[in-house]
Amino acid sequence: MKILIPSNEKSMDSSVCQSFGRAPYFLIYDTNSKEDIYIDNSATASLGGAGIKAAQTVVDNNVYAVLTPRCGENAASVLKTANIKIFKTKNSSIKDNIIAFNEDKLSLLSEIHAGFHNHGDK
Amino acid sequence: MKIAVLSGKGGTGKTLVSVNLAAAANHANYLDCDVEEPNGHLFFKPVDIQSEDISIKIPVVDKMLCNGCRKCVDFCKFNALTYIYDRLVVFESMCHSCGGCVLLCKEDALTEKTKNIGVVQRGVSENVNVATGILNTGEASGIPIIKNLLNYSNENDKYTFIDSPPGSACTTMESIKDADYCILVAEPTIFGVHNLSMVYELVNLFGKPHGVILNKCLDEKNPAEEFCIENNIKILGKIPFEDELGKLNSNALIAVRENEKYYSLFSNLLKIVSKEVTK
Repeated sequence: MKILIPSNEKSMDSSVCQSFGRAPYFLIYDTNSKEDIYIDNSATASLGGAGIKAAQTVVDNNVYAVLTPRCGENAASVLKTANIKIFKTKNSSIKDNIIAFNEDKLSLLSEIHAGFHNHGDK
Repeated sequence: MKIAVLSGKGGTGKTLVSVNLAAAANHANYLDCDVEEPNGHLFFKPVDIQSEDISIKIPVVDKMLCNGCRKCVDFCKFNALTYIYDRLVVFESMCHSCGGCVLLCKEDALTEKTKNIGVVQRGVSENVNVATGILNTGEASGIPIIKNLLNYSNENDKYTFIDSPPGSACTTMESIKDADYCILVAEPTIFGVHNLSMVYELVNLFGKPHGVILNKCLDEKNPAEEFCIENNIKILGKIPFEDELGKLNSNALIAVRENEKYYSLFSNLLKIVSKEVTK
């Protein structure tokens, strides 16, 4: 199955990005083939609704789950509608989180934050 | 004449200045465009209030007609539309009501519905027509409310005072767009200078004639005054930092209606401003 992780760089050795919506890249990892591909997150420069646009990218890539430290309510709403699961990452290492996911040790993200809408733009 | 009163941050004295200038005029309109937290009405306590609901247009999808082309999704700069597998979903809170998605849809799958975002209340307080814009909490933009407020101003009245939102963002721009003159209210601190420079830049960008009222003045060094002198900005007048004015204000009283001294201070300011506007 395919899982998606917001990443700071295009490498398995890089770290999980703290922001889902404005992460520079998304790692799409296939747990069967162990293949890792990286896509640019076109939502990084959004005026607003970055989470929604990022979630659209997730939906369009047909992944089973997203592994992320945090997720805003709009993005979560899109992912929920698309039946995509959201797991909470344990630390910043991409490799550790993939191992934990494979061993069923990650829990579903329960806290959905209200988003950081309109910051600096009233 | 339309006179907008603005400042780079809240609490500088926009409402104090615009309320008291309006009250000092024989007849005036006071438009509270600080729609996220309008407070001019607390001073004016207007009567005979008439309310008008303000609404915006939000897209609605007809799922039967949508062919999934995603032109609307790609177009929306605010990402208010998503396409999830086989259906288009609208995020109403993200929509800025530009109407672009509806125009683009060749299948006529998008139409518009109205959504209430707030209210404009109009009333009278002695010599002043008071209009207050109130945006519902959580709404993205107060611009439609400000547009409604500005449409109202009666051309027959000599003075219209626009109490602008703080800062220099979209809502402030909207509120000064049609103004004949801008009054910048400034505090005598370094931070005050920073805020003043923001709105100073804005009024220059808009090519608006402007002047500064120095508020909360003490008998000491005033960085905002120095900024005005350095940049050759007209100083319209000074309002002293004193207990008497502070107490009237914190009791939601209009200083010019309570105290002869403040009546003459603001009448004088009004004369100076009028002269500047007609210059």
